[in-house]
Amino acid sequence: MLRFVVRRLLLLVPILLGLSILVFGWIRLLPGSPAQALLGERATPQTIAQIRHQYKLDRPIYEQYWGYLHTVGQLDFGVSISSRRTVTYEFAHRFPATIELALAAMIFAIAFGIPLGFLAAKRHGSLFDHISLVGSLIGISIPIFFLGLILKWIFAVKLGWLPSIGREDVLSEAKHPTNFYVLDAIVTGNGGALWDSIKHLLLPAVALGSIPLAVVARITRAAVLDVQNEDYVRTARAKGLPPLIVDSRHVLRNALLPVSTIIGLQTGLLLSGAVLTETVFAWPGIGTWLKDAIFNRDYPVLQGGILFVAIVFVLVNLVVDISYAIINPRIRVS
Amino acid sequence: MRVRKWFVLVPFMALAVALLAATAGARTTASTTSLVFGTASDPVVLDGPLVSDGESLRPIDQIFEGLVSLKPGSTTLTPSLATKWKASNGGLAWTFTLRKGVLFQDNTKFTSAAVCANFNRWYNFPGPLQNSAVTYYWNTVFGGFAHPAAGNPGPDKSLYKSCKAKGAYAVTINLTRPSSSFIGALALSNFGIASPTALKKYKADAGTVDSNGVFHPTGTFGTQHPIGTGPYMLKSWSVGDKLVLTANPRYWGKKPKIKQIIFKPISDNAARLQALQTGEIQGYDLVDPADIGTVQGSGKQKILNRPAFNVGYVGINQDFKPFDNPLVRQALAYGLDRTSVVRGFYAGRGQVANQFLPPLVTGYATKGVPTYSYNPAKAKALLQQAGVKLPLAVDFWYPTSVSRPYMPDPKKNAEAFGASLENSGFKVTFHAAPWRPDYLGTVQSGKAELYMLGWTGDFGDPANFLNVHFGAVNPQFGFNNPSLFKLLQQADSETNLAKRAELYQKASIQVMTYLPMIPYVHSMPALAFQKNVLGYKPSPVSLEPFSLVYYGK
Repeated sequence: MLRFVVRRLLLLVPILLGLSILVFGWIRLLPGSPAQALLGERATPQTIAQIRHQYKLDRPIYEQYWGYLHTVGQLDFGVSISSRRTVTYEFAHRFPATIELALAAMIFAIAFGIPLGFLAAKRHGSLFDHISLVGSLIGISIPIFFLGLILKWIFAVKLGWLPSIGREDVLSEAKHPTNFYVLDAIVTGNGGALWDSIKHLLLPAVALGSIPLAVVARITRAAVLDVQNEDYVRTARAKGLPPLIVDSRHVLRNALLPVSTIIGLQTGLLLSGAVLTETVFAWPGIGTWLKDAIFNRDYPVLQGGILFVAIVFVLVNLVVDISYAIINPRIRVS
Repeated sequence: MRVRKWFVLVPFMALAVALLAATAGARTTASTTSLVFGTASDPVVLDGPLVSDGESLRPIDQIFEGLVSLKPGSTTLTPSLATKWKASNGGLAWTFTLRKGVLFQDNTKFTSAAVCANFNRWYNFPGPLQNSAVTYYWNTVFGGFAHPAAGNPGPDKSLYKSCKAKGAYAVTINLTRPSSSFIGALALSNFGIASPTALKKYKADAGTVDSNGVFHPTGTFGTQHPIGTGPYMLKSWSVGDKLVLTANPRYWGKKPKIKQIIFKPISDNAARLQALQTGEIQGYDLVDPADIGTVQGSGKQKILNRPAFNVGYVGINQDFKPFDNPLVRQALAYGLDRTSVVRGFYAGRGQVANQFLPPLVTGYATKGVPTYSYNPAKAKALLQQAGVKLPLAVDFWYPTSVSRPYMPDPKKNAEAFGASLENSGFKVTFHAAPWRPDYLGTVQSGKAELYMLGWTGDFGDPANFLNVHFGAVNPQFGFNNPSLFKLLQQADSETNLAKRAELYQKASIQVMTYLPMIPYVHSMPALAFQKNVLGYKPSPVSLEPFSLVYYGK
């Protein structure tokens, strides 16, 4: 197991190196420059040249890349051209928000997706099955930002039940030692702040979790349909085990293996979905940060931010691989 | 089976309970002692000379004050930290009498030494801070630094020469050449006076330069301890979340009515509108024109108009022949149906521009301005007179993914202009590009023949409109007109305000005769507020004191 983990972690090095070349080249192929993005109508040829010179953008690209590798090697990811804060600071400051949102979305997707898929399989061909099939198709096809706007319009603007923006009430003075607001509220024993954070999480988590929910439900349904016709399930039933035991120990546990793979992949995809969700809900995470960086041609943020996200993606998948062994002891990670 | 149903229902029940509890709990509660203002982004830093973006300048304007200020809602200069001022020595020396009894927010005294410390700080900025992307306004207004880094302007280009204290409450700013635009520029929040003690204590200019030559600030002045003399001071700033200002108990002027101002970054325009509708914010700037009807029809919110202080224009690059021929430029002016565009796409918020300067700005010419009413026949005749074969093929650029105050829907404007030009002897080929940096890069590097662009004034002075665009050779316009350049320089140097206005009127007319571009609109941007928010006076240059704001019933 340890060898497997170390090998996977070592694989990060070539992955990140390859990714850094791709990102480095890609953002420089985009037309325009940070100077024009920064100064807009006020940019002049002199100021553009001045900024290109300061950020060494007038050097040959291989020289720029070498300089970049050199600084990254010293764990210095540079300074954002537009905000002038270090990329590491911004990432550390915003990442908890994105992780909190992605986790909440995943919890929502799993909590609803697995029961829905399970029930649809158990009632295969029934009205419920058809409704869940159509529902999951809608979940997959509806754009996140559109769903977000609709949810906000209904639950925040019209009904006034839930907030429409941010992670907490703007007048809140709750302490945030870790920047994971839910965790902070629990640690500091602040019940009001906990409830406030959950209220702010509900709509963005539902919007972001809609696609994983649909995917998880469909995969669960297919897996349960497959597993429940296996010989060992038939044997368990023949032995007279109660349906609950058969379903939970024999059907669901075996069906969860493909579901866990999908959950791992979807967790990575949630990070990209967060770009849209965070924009719609003014959620101060890395999604809005990277979106703004693209518009601002903020090279250091794009280079550093994408590398950080890639590391997270690889680590999440590693955790998923390890979780296989826990879910199904027949599989040994090697 | 019973168990299975229960198992499926658990998450649904949890969500229902959460929603029910949420309805029982209060949504964001607007307090009468706080006001939440939605902004498009976070400030960069709270240090005026180091920023040029509106989202940084809005809170900076509440924390810091300059020597002079603008009357709320206008471009008229009014005393602030200086009670009066006078030019002498042919406009080379400006003496300011300072207000007594003013304290900085760190309880230190405001004196002439503080003024000179600030001017000298700006003039002596180290190399990495001399970049226009950092110190845009010092570069634009004063133009040079005491110790320039390679490639940056030095003392020979600087308008600023020195600052001399005359006792504790008078100060003289010496210039290297006469300039009148300088006094108007001092009203900018960028030139607010900071506490010299705090600048030093919190290491405002300290930082390291990395191997890429990029400046890493290490001090906390601009992020945690911005200390000025203004009516509000910084309470807390959580990047990406909120910036909180609290009333300054030592403020020398009228005390603010609202104790706490919170700036909440919401980058998405639709999200800002929804946050206003839910009451989570009490106001926001740069309302999308498409949302104005929604706000006005709500009954709970209102629209405030910012006075027109911008110009939208069709730019001409004379490097593209035959636009170096004045007859062709005139033909273009007659061929653009500007009235229809302004009536059709500005929802009553625009007026047809007959010159580059907006009416609020000194130097706006009220007579003698050549007019170019839409006249396709005349346009064709002028083209023929210029010896051009009809139709004249032109490349017309417009930006996408953007809505500017002077250009809410560029595509519609471009299509309408294209149709009117096709009727006037031109054959239009459209080119579209995302606003920034693609579109601006193309236009500013001189690669676009005809294009739509505009300008919003930085401060209430004609130099900021005319000299910036037409005061020197500019690749965007591709012309060299020494007589216009000379006239604009002469106007900027004139310290007699009446003579200066006359010179700028002359220049404004000359621009409209020469036609480096065709101005078509001055528009009023909109702000949205809850109806009970009173006292907010939209300023043409976006300098709006929140200290005047209060809640009505």
